[in-house]
Amino acid sequence: MSSPTAPHGASLYEAHKKVYPRAVTGRFRRLKWAVMGICLAFFYLMPLVRWDRGEGSPDQAILIDLAGQRVYLFGLEFWPQEIYFVTGVMVLAMLLLFLATALFGRVWCGYACPQTVWTDLFVMVERWIEGDRMERVRLDRAAWSWTKLRKKLAKHAIWLGIAVASGCAFVGWFADAPRLSHRLLHGTASMTDYGFVLLLTTTTYLLGGIAREQVCTYMCPWPRIQSALLDEHSRVVSYQAWRGEPRGKASDPTAGACVDCLACVQVCPTGIDIRDGHQLQCIDCSLCVDACDSVMRKLDRETGLIRWESFTGQTQRAAGLPAEWRPVRARTILYAALLLAVAGAMLTGLTLRQPYRMDVLHDRQPLFVALSGERLRNGYVVKLSNQTRSAQVFTLTVANHPEVVLAIAGEQDSAVHHIQLTADPDGQTVYHITAALPQSHMEGGTEPLIFVLSGAGRPDIRVSDHFFGPVWP
Amino acid sequence: MSNEVEKDKLSGTDTTGHEWDGIKELNTPLPRWWLYTFYACILFAIGYCVLYPSIPLPWGGHTEGLLKFTNRKAIEEDLKANAVAARPQYASIAARDLDAIQADAKLRDFAVAGGRAAFAQNCAPCHGNSGQGAKGYPNLLDDVWLWGGSLDQIHQTIRFGVRNANPESHQGVVMPAWGEAAKNPPQVLAAAQISAVADYVLSLNHKDVDMGSAKAGQAVFAENCAACHGENAEGNQDMGAPPLITGVWLYGGDKASLVETITHGRAGQMPAWSERLDEPTVKMLALYVHQLGGGK
Repeated sequence: MSSPTAPHGASLYEAHKKVYPRAVTGRFRRLKWAVMGICLAFFYLMPLVRWDRGEGSPDQAILIDLAGQRVYLFGLEFWPQEIYFVTGVMVLAMLLLFLATALFGRVWCGYACPQTVWTDLFVMVERWIEGDRMERVRLDRAAWSWTKLRKKLAKHAIWLGIAVASGCAFVGWFADAPRLSHRLLHGTASMTDYGFVLLLTTTTYLLGGIAREQVCTYMCPWPRIQSALLDEHSRVVSYQAWRGEPRGKASDPTAGACVDCLACVQVCPTGIDIRDGHQLQCIDCSLCVDACDSVMRKLDRETGLIRWESFTGQTQRAAGLPAEWRPVRARTILYAALLLAVAGAMLTGLTLRQPYRMDVLHDRQPLFVALSGERLRNGYVVKLSNQTRSAQVFTLTVANHPEVVLAIAGEQDSAVHHIQLTADPDGQTVYHITAALPQSHMEGGTEPLIFVLSGAGRPDIRVSDHFFGPVWP
Repeated sequence: MSNEVEKDKLSGTDTTGHEWDGIKELNTPLPRWWLYTFYACILFAIGYCVLYPSIPLPWGGHTEGLLKFTNRKAIEEDLKANAVAARPQYASIAARDLDAIQADAKLRDFAVAGGRAAFAQNCAPCHGNSGQGAKGYPNLLDDVWLWGGSLDQIHQTIRFGVRNANPESHQGVVMPAWGEAAKNPPQVLAAAQISAVADYVLSLNHKDVDMGSAKAGQAVFAENCAACHGENAEGNQDMGAPPLITGVWLYGGDKASLVETITHGRAGQMPAWSERLDEPTVKMLALYVHQLGGGK
């Protein structure tokens, strides 16, 4: 298929240039392996961790039960109406990302982002089967042979295996993982389960194996956003041009520290040259730091030609001054303060959580019903939530109008001023109740009504609503 | 046009060769796979147009697509599937009497939900979407019933209706037009008498009226109205004669409305729903109406 071209024939579209990252060792590589190991272990193994919640409840430590509308998080259980905790977690994650970026640039991108973690894993497999950078380049350039076919097949088979495992682990977060994996293996799981396994298999295989750095450069919005979060004090991976330039042979006394060995370019997972300055594609993984340091050590030169450095620090070094770093500045204080505030609010919310809850909704139509004997009646939907595992009987009264006659709609009217409502265990029980009041007790068209739910040895639950009547006397 | 790629001197980037007022556009090429994604979208769109209804035709209508999909058909299939799924519950409702259904919480909930849907389709135009009624159409939420508010009485009323051609329907007694000589020759009341009896009825409901007029009205009431509405105006459900002492009015409780009602008479009607709906639906309607709050 031909693609559109500019008037003088240059293509407006770029063919994919495959990146062959070279293996590297060093402290940042070790850190990256460790983070990768922790992230992968958490993702694959967490669904298997058990947590005893007693009879009749799931025993998975972390479970997002979409069908049952529950999220289980160790000792905590969240209901859909507590979605604000999810919002809170997302706000926290966002602020943490902001803070980390303001301090250390794109550490998230370089170390913990799933795209980085799986790409690293897939490259590791590739290197294991096909060899390091030069061997892979040679293999790709070579004509097809049995050896090449065998290596390629083996690599893609292992990639697919990892992808399928990722798909299975993903669905394990949303259902009882051991039983679900049994169903998946025996072909008795639902089409939805298989659909999601297939989806995650496809995305893992394509994004981790094929697309790799293309995702970071072209698909992800984060590289664009981060430029607004960085400032001259953020530490990012940077080449010390003042020391390195002009590049030249190690034997050349007039040349700078950079010997132009291209080690930094060869290890780069996004295929860029860090010496061109900090750029969009750079994910701050700092593998080039390891590569450069090992070369500098061999040459017996000072390490740190490529290093984590803020723009200010680099300018100071260039001027022969000691580099200073200012982690505490207006933007980091703001992010940290917001982080603490949101975390504090969430913690307070979690501590004050009650297992019982009452919601009252006044009937929309009719607002009131005129009864015989010059009485008025209003209808309300009362929803009792019970997060415990046992049924609980409550008494509903009206605090500010004890003369109100309460009844469960459809049940025999009797002149009672309190009714017994049972809250079913682990769920919401809905009652349609009616409240009747002599018209003479109404002063205007509206009267505030305070419902009080008492019982279960807990503080009373009070909900304010209204009692409506005709606005005319 | 030369075929040589021009390099921008400042940035070292290729240009596209496009130039506007001396400004040249730099060429930062999009990855080719992105273009292929775009082609894939075009292919998807073509496939969609072939399979699904999509292109309006100038002479009306639209292409139907190979799958012949329509939302109407999809909903009809859903409704059919629902009806099949609800068959066992319908059978239980048909087989059991109302009290037995009410005793079975699960079946009652099903019946009330079904009744709510049937009410919205059949009853809401007159009785309102919550059963709140309107002038001339009874409120089904209050505690005053023309023909009785027990479950069986409500069921009976829905099945056979009121004052219609069905021989089982409630006929009761029609409220005569007391002020129209042409319609009601032997029993016609004078305008003053009608005003007086209206005052009497208002006085029964603790309204401020001319007590002299009310006193005169009491005699008129005892002679003409008490036969149906009862000596104490307590009403009579066998006749469909409403009580006049509850403060709940079907046609309005102010003096003008009362005078109009007495002068021209009233005779509300309701269809016999057993002629239009199947028996389980009528039962579900009865259970639904009974639990609205007014059921006895």
